[in-house]
Amino acid sequence: MNQVGQSIPRLEVRAKVTGRANYTHHLQLPGMLYAKVFRSTVPHGRIRSIDVEAARALPGVFRVITGKDVQKLIPEPYYGPAFHDQPILAIDKVCHVGEPVAAVLARDPHVADQAVQLITAEYEELPAVYDEVEALKSDIVVHEMLKPAGTFADLKHLKGRTNTNIALDYHLKRGDPEAGFAKADKVVEHTFKTQQCLHLPFEPFVAVAEPGDGVLTIHTSNQTPSFVRTEIARLFGWPENKVRVKVPHLGGGFGAKVYVKVEALAAALAMLVRKPVKVALTMEEQFYVITKHPTTFRIKSGVNMDGKVVARTCDVLWNGGAYADIGPRVTQKSGFTAPGPYDIDNISIDSYALYTNRTPAGALRGFGIPQMVWAYESHTDLLAREIGMDPVEFRRKNILREGREQATGTAMKDAAIAEVLEAVVKEMNWSAPFDRGGNGPVRRGRGIAIGFKASISPTTSVAIVNIAGDGSTTLYTSTVDMGQGSDTAYALMVAKVLDISAEDVRIVHPDTDVTPYDMGTLGSRSLFHMGNAVRLAAEDARNKLRALAAEARLPEGTNYPAGEIFKKRYGMQAGNVIGTATYVPTYKSPDSKTGLSDNVTPFWMIGGAGVELEVDTETGAVRVTKLVNAADCGKPINPGVALTQLSGAAIMQLGFTLWEEMKLDGGQVINASLADYRIPGIADIPPMTNELVEAEQHSGPFGAKGLGESGTFGVSPAIANAIHDAVGIRLTELPITAETVLSALRAQQGRPLEDE
Amino acid sequence: MSTRTINFTLNGMEVSTEIEPHRNLVELLQRFDLFGARESCGQGLCGCCTVLVDDKAVSGCLYFAPWVDGKSVTTVESLDADGALSIVQQAFIDCGAFQCGFCTPGFVLMVHQLLKEQPNPSDEDIRHYLAGNLCRCAAYPEIIEAVKVAAKSMGKPAM
Repeated sequence: MNQVGQSIPRLEVRAKVTGRANYTHHLQLPGMLYAKVFRSTVPHGRIRSIDVEAARALPGVFRVITGKDVQKLIPEPYYGPAFHDQPILAIDKVCHVGEPVAAVLARDPHVADQAVQLITAEYEELPAVYDEVEALKSDIVVHEMLKPAGTFADLKHLKGRTNTNIALDYHLKRGDPEAGFAKADKVVEHTFKTQQCLHLPFEPFVAVAEPGDGVLTIHTSNQTPSFVRTEIARLFGWPENKVRVKVPHLGGGFGAKVYVKVEALAAALAMLVRKPVKVALTMEEQFYVITKHPTTFRIKSGVNMDGKVVARTCDVLWNGGAYADIGPRVTQKSGFTAPGPYDIDNISIDSYALYTNRTPAGALRGFGIPQMVWAYESHTDLLAREIGMDPVEFRRKNILREGREQATGTAMKDAAIAEVLEAVVKEMNWSAPFDRGGNGPVRRGRGIAIGFKASISPTTSVAIVNIAGDGSTTLYTSTVDMGQGSDTAYALMVAKVLDISAEDVRIVHPDTDVTPYDMGTLGSRSLFHMGNAVRLAAEDARNKLRALAAEARLPEGTNYPAGEIFKKRYGMQAGNVIGTATYVPTYKSPDSKTGLSDNVTPFWMIGGAGVELEVDTETGAVRVTKLVNAADCGKPINPGVALTQLSGAAIMQLGFTLWEEMKLDGGQVINASLADYRIPGIADIPPMTNELVEAEQHSGPFGAKGLGESGTFGVSPAIANAIHDAVGIRLTELPITAETVLSALRAQQGRPLEDE
Repeated sequence: MSTRTINFTLNGMEVSTEIEPHRNLVELLQRFDLFGARESCGQGLCGCCTVLVDDKAVSGCLYFAPWVDGKSVTTVESLDADGALSIVQQAFIDCGAFQCGFCTPGFVLMVHQLLKEQPNPSDEDIRHYLAGNLCRCAAYPEIIEAVKVAAKSMGKPAM
């Protein structure tokens, strides 16, 4: 049966609409203790003392654990994918408000909560640094010494470095930007900033660690079960097979739940007390775990009057917060796309990951790309204005065409940049006259933006397809389906290869005792990377089934159902056919000096957006009246689900553009709740169109590639460009609120709003 | 901590239990192995914990368990008690009106209440009614579509 390319409902729909889908959130085990976390109240300080006596004395409290207790079990309790910098519980010092300092264990979570309120700590406060621009040069250093994990070649030179907040510096040089500027008709420079915001999955971080006979099982809401297994085993000094990581359905991830988050704490507590321990954070606590990088991006371009961009320099500072998490990867991977999807001969990029005393920053739906697109597409619009060219024409003239080399030197292949641009332009009806609202208080404007992203590499995915004696088929992978529809997409692929129905394929959710290695469900990588492994594993199973048929002396090419082949071969319903495959794409890491590589990504993701909006010039309120999204996902496997991914990503980015911002006051987060941190609701949704352009990823499974982040790329700059079009003001910082718009309008009118 | 005995109707069945007065409705339901109502924001803002008490939607995270004494509690698990999905649940599937599914039971219950009170809701009615349910995956356009599809199927005469 071939259902690939047809829209089918997700396999798990019934469980989800009936409320019976299984999430770690619900898990209760016999004898389980709940852990509640006592957190730092200061942004940077040495721990003088922690007083846990009153908490310990509270009836119902089982144990109170501090960093010193953890060290008795794990002498070096520091974890992280790029740097081993994050302690399970703070040791000696704290580096951000909300950092875990102690944990209370009790049978009743309310008792544990109450006990946490009884803990006190004294700190010797240290000066703190919050801003990425300051952190680059500041005397205030977040970590005394840098401790790269050793997994990444481009971090090795940072080992043991002191007196710095730089957790990665990526540099690229191509051509001669200074010579380019000298020859250009115009040289324009702007600085753009983005704010700290966060994922807020509705199933907050949760893990249950369960010590067993020779194995520690960790049930967790996590996007990277294989990494969790490796990292927990490393912390304890165990072989991997002593750790079992199980992930059921995930109540949202968006990049928050990659690598280790609460798993190391749950594991350490469980091993200390030899009982199952559940660490389940609240919505408020999520503000102290992981966020999206604030950025400062200085971009400078030389442009000729004919519209050709001849040189560009990009200086990007990433505010990584107190612990590196995956920030250094973000800095490099997104850094090398900083000049945008444009064909420019002379480029330089300097991209820095910086430690500050904020909640750590990691990957959030786009792995840093939305911050880059915000800057380069706002800048692109301003360049077009500078030379009086239509912004669409300007982009048409400069975009990277198939086969041309991107900044790193990697040739663009299967990258439908022009197609995405044209799809947005068409849906926006760009060539038709546009009514800007005359002289009334409400003005109208429109804008577009496009962006692109490289996929993650190096990376490995392993899949197992198991055909049982009756011919029924089960797929084992460690991909985490958090609603993106990967289970269903893989079922469609397996079904196509084995000529069965997708609904008949059973998917086993990640369980590292059973499902094989996968790098992680992140960066829109699963459909391509694991998809290739799944396809190859299914083909392997099909070939083995054919061999079995030959052993059973069935004539070649006959269409016996699988169950009949087993029966013929073994004389009864018995046996298995197990197909396996490992997919590892080729890749060349960027050169440490030049930043160049001719094979920097297995595939390119392309996304674009168009926006029409109204600006109320009396209040500054912005109302989006039309949102157009387009993306290249190659040939979609399950188009209906793919479109919901595109739409969902765009709405999420709408929130990051217009409302969402973690506000700090002296290092304290002052809006850590859904009441004060506003995310998009149903009343905020503008009329939208979503389109997958005609394209094919030749190296992808059945021509497909990832899509989960593409919808985020263009939204923010398209809105800023449309506001400029409507009222002639340029906003360079996110979020764009009524206040920032009004303030810019008043400044434009020469009567600035007075500071309070 | 002292407990008190409460008697209430749970999805049509008379039940009785001992409960500490500070527990909320979500915790009470978990004791009956009902996990469709989920505490997420803990402030009654996201709607993931929506439960019907005497046919009125409440936020289970803010509703103290003892308050259901003598009342009737309906959870998402009641909707397919006879094995068949409700029209609303089927419409959510047909329209792809969810992704991770964590908030879905709350939306489904709220849409049931909406269609009971407004059999032919306008876009405005839908947005107003569902303003207290948030979906971080942002399946909102599909949810609006699902409400319309469900309203249409409910309006059809029974076969």
